[in-house]
Order: sequence, then structure tokens, then C-alpha cells
Amino acid sequence: MPCPVSIALPTALRSFAGGASSVSVDADTAGAAIDALLDQHPGLKKHLRAEDGKLRTFINVYLGEDDIRHLQREQTPLKAGDQLLIVPSIAGGRA
Amino acid sequence: MELKPPAPPPVRLTAAGQKRLHDHAQAGYPAEVVGVLAGDRASGDVRRVHPLRNERSDRPDDRYEVSGMTLYRAEQQLIAEGMDILGYYHSHPDHPADYSAFDRDHALPDMSYIIVSVRQGAAVDTKSWRLTEDRGAMTPEPLILLPDPLPDPE
Repeated sequence: MPCPVSIALPTALRSFAGGASSVSVDADTAGAAIDALLDQHPGLKKHLRAEDGKLRTFINVYLGEDDIRHLQREQTPLKAGDQLLIVPSIAGGRA
Repeated sequence: MELKPPAPPPVRLTAAGQKRLHDHAQAGYPAEVVGVLAGDRASGDVRRVHPLRNERSDRPDDRYEVSGMTLYRAEQQLIAEGMDILGYYHSHPDHPADYSAFDRDHALPDMSYIIVSVRQGAAVDTKSWRLTEDRGAMTPEPLILLPDPLPDPE
């Protein structure tokens, strides 16, 4: 059953959400919350999800202190009041 | 379709800021170094060049990475000090200061990416780049040098 949760956005992504640092959605899993965020702010999609629909490798989603990759990934269940945190890593290099 | 606000202005570095960036890049040679650029987002003024540790110990000569929580904690500290996150820098040892496809694929929007070319241990070129809206490329942005030192923020 979808419940109200929030998703905190890093500086780099806020302009795609009207400048908001946090967005409220109704969702029962982490993946559903991300999809609800993208429904509200479709400009975020190409930065969060790769062409195959998976989260980009440098996009990490935390529930509390835990990366959802170490929980049940996008199936990670949420309860009312949970806060997801989108935390990019940075990577690159000359090659 | 919601309208996206205009992109923030290009970053502006003081001579001292650029020296700190070059010193880090040269000290790390022949490995790539990485760090955060923090300051005032409205003006683009960089007030802090904040070095981070390159976590790619498997191939530090041509890759850098900083994991999400490490970066998050560093950025939260800078934000707590009243600064905005303006972008990131890294070095290209014995390679031009141009972005690679790997740089582009991993870039965040609305951030300046400064790349320092280090040849034989000496910083020889510095360029700033920004990801395009469609993620297809990075475009050069002017790297503006400011008089040193900057006045204290109000």
C-alpha cells in the first residue's frame, strides 16, 4: 500500500525538481518512490536511470544508513515517513 | 513540462585556489587526484578547493572515484560552513585536460568539472567542462580567474 515518503536530492539534481531539496511521494518500495519522483519531474530521468531503465551506476539510493543495493534494491519496502537519500558518487578518468 | 531554471554561472577561481588545485594534482602525480569545488553558486566564486581521496587503488593512473557516502559527508560539511557545491576537479596525468567518454558518462548535471593536465609532474593546462542537457557531451566553459584574495562572504 503506497504511503507518504520523501526523497532528498543532491545539489546537482535540484534544478530538475524546481529547486527542491526534497520531494514527497507516495510509494511502497524504493523503486516505486523513484518512479513517482520521475513522474513528477521527468527531466530527472536521464540522469537517474540509464537507457536500460536501471539506476545509473553512480546514483546511490540510501534508506537511512543503508544503500538499497545492500537491502532489496528497488524492491526495498518503505513505510510511512521514510526518507530516501539520493547520493551520487563521482567517477571519471582520462581513459 | 516543467521549465528548468538556467544553469549556474561558470566557476571563478582565485589564483590561490588554482594553485591549491595544481598543487594537489602535482602532488598526486602520476595518479589522478580528485576534489570538490565549493563556494557561491550565484556568482560561481570558488571559496574552497577541497581534496578528496581517489578510491580507485586498482588503477589510479587513469581513473578516479569517490563513493557516495564519502562524498555526501564531505559536501554536507562544506554546506554546513555556508557554501554551495559548484563542481568537482580531477587530474589527467600525461594526458590533455579534455574530458573522456568515461568522464562524460559519469558526470552530474549543473556541475563544473575542472580537469588539470599534468605532464611529467607539472600542471600544464586547466579546463572546465559542463555536461550538456542530453548527457551527450561536455561543453567547455570559461575558467575565470579572480583577484586574490576574495572578500569575505556577507
